[in-house]
Amino acid sequence: MSHLAAAAGQGFLSPTGVEIAFLLVGIATLGAAVVTVTTKQLVHAALWLVVALGGLAVEYLLLTAEFIAWVQVLIYVGSVVVLLLFGLMLTRAPIGRSPDADSGNRWAALTVAVAAAAALVWVVVDAFRTTWIDLDGPVQGSTKVSGEILFQHWVLPFEALSVLLLAALVGAIVLSRKSDSDSAKDKEQR
Amino acid sequence: MHLAYPAVLAALLFCTGLYGVLARRNAILVLMSVELMLNAVNLNLVAFDVWLRDTLHSGQALTLFTIAIAAAEIGIGLAIVLMVYRNRGSSDIDRLRDTAEGPDPAGPAGDEASAMAQEAAQKTEAAA
Repeated sequence: MSHLAAAAGQGFLSPTGVEIAFLLVGIATLGAAVVTVTTKQLVHAALWLVVALGGLAVEYLLLTAEFIAWVQVLIYVGSVVVLLLFGLMLTRAPIGRSPDADSGNRWAALTVAVAAAAALVWVVVDAFRTTWIDLDGPVQGSTKVSGEILFQHWVLPFEALSVLLLAALVGAIVLSRKSDSDSAKDKEQR
Repeated sequence: MHLAYPAVLAALLFCTGLYGVLARRNAILVLMSVELMLNAVNLNLVAFDVWLRDTLHSGQALTLFTIAIAAAEIGIGLAIVLMVYRNRGSSDIDRLRDTAEGPDPAGPAGDEASAMAQEAAQKTEAAA
């Protein structure tokens, strides 16, 4: 068992440099995520989301999945957050503090979230107490490896995904297009 | 690296997103929380893929697919939110109660009347 052999030389009390870096970036990521879901300023929530997603990209790099890290930076930080900011702008979100950003059931939500966090962390720590990831050896997430597996073994899902993206594109255009009656009404009002 | 670090971080991020989905009122903030939850799952997929040293790298392939599906989801979700905002003048999800079964029969009618009033107010505002 290679895992047991790897475990023999490692312990909780002697963290490696990668573990310390992972822990620090993880704390920053989690803090940014908590600010994202609790801040009263809507635009700040989107900007803190950038910090959280960027921190996750660094975590992917630390886990040697570099291609996924750059895809994360490109798609999430680059386009999803910009889309969210456009959405906030188009729904005329208030710029300053909005006191009603949280709905009335936030205490119930807090209870559910804390209970789920306690249960999940307990189960995960109990299950993986003696497992170590071996980060040495051949790189597992470089662009070469990712491209080879994606276009050798995962071609069909990849093509299906492009059809899904096309459908989403068409659906978004259809949904956000003004219908003829709407534009006629607008002209009347002007 | 100990496997518990990424697993615990993913669990905590998921629960942060869960809190956001349940507690936020603005629909766009709910979408942001959904993104957090999806990212927590992605972190789990990558960590377990690196741990298992899968020759097919299913975890990383699935992560790429999840990222693409999340991008499609956010596009459609924002289009729906914008349409709701255009029709109702608000994107607060706890005010969209037209199909709710109220505790008393007068509840839905009252909500509808207030929604109509709001819409009328918005129309006069737009005309002005």
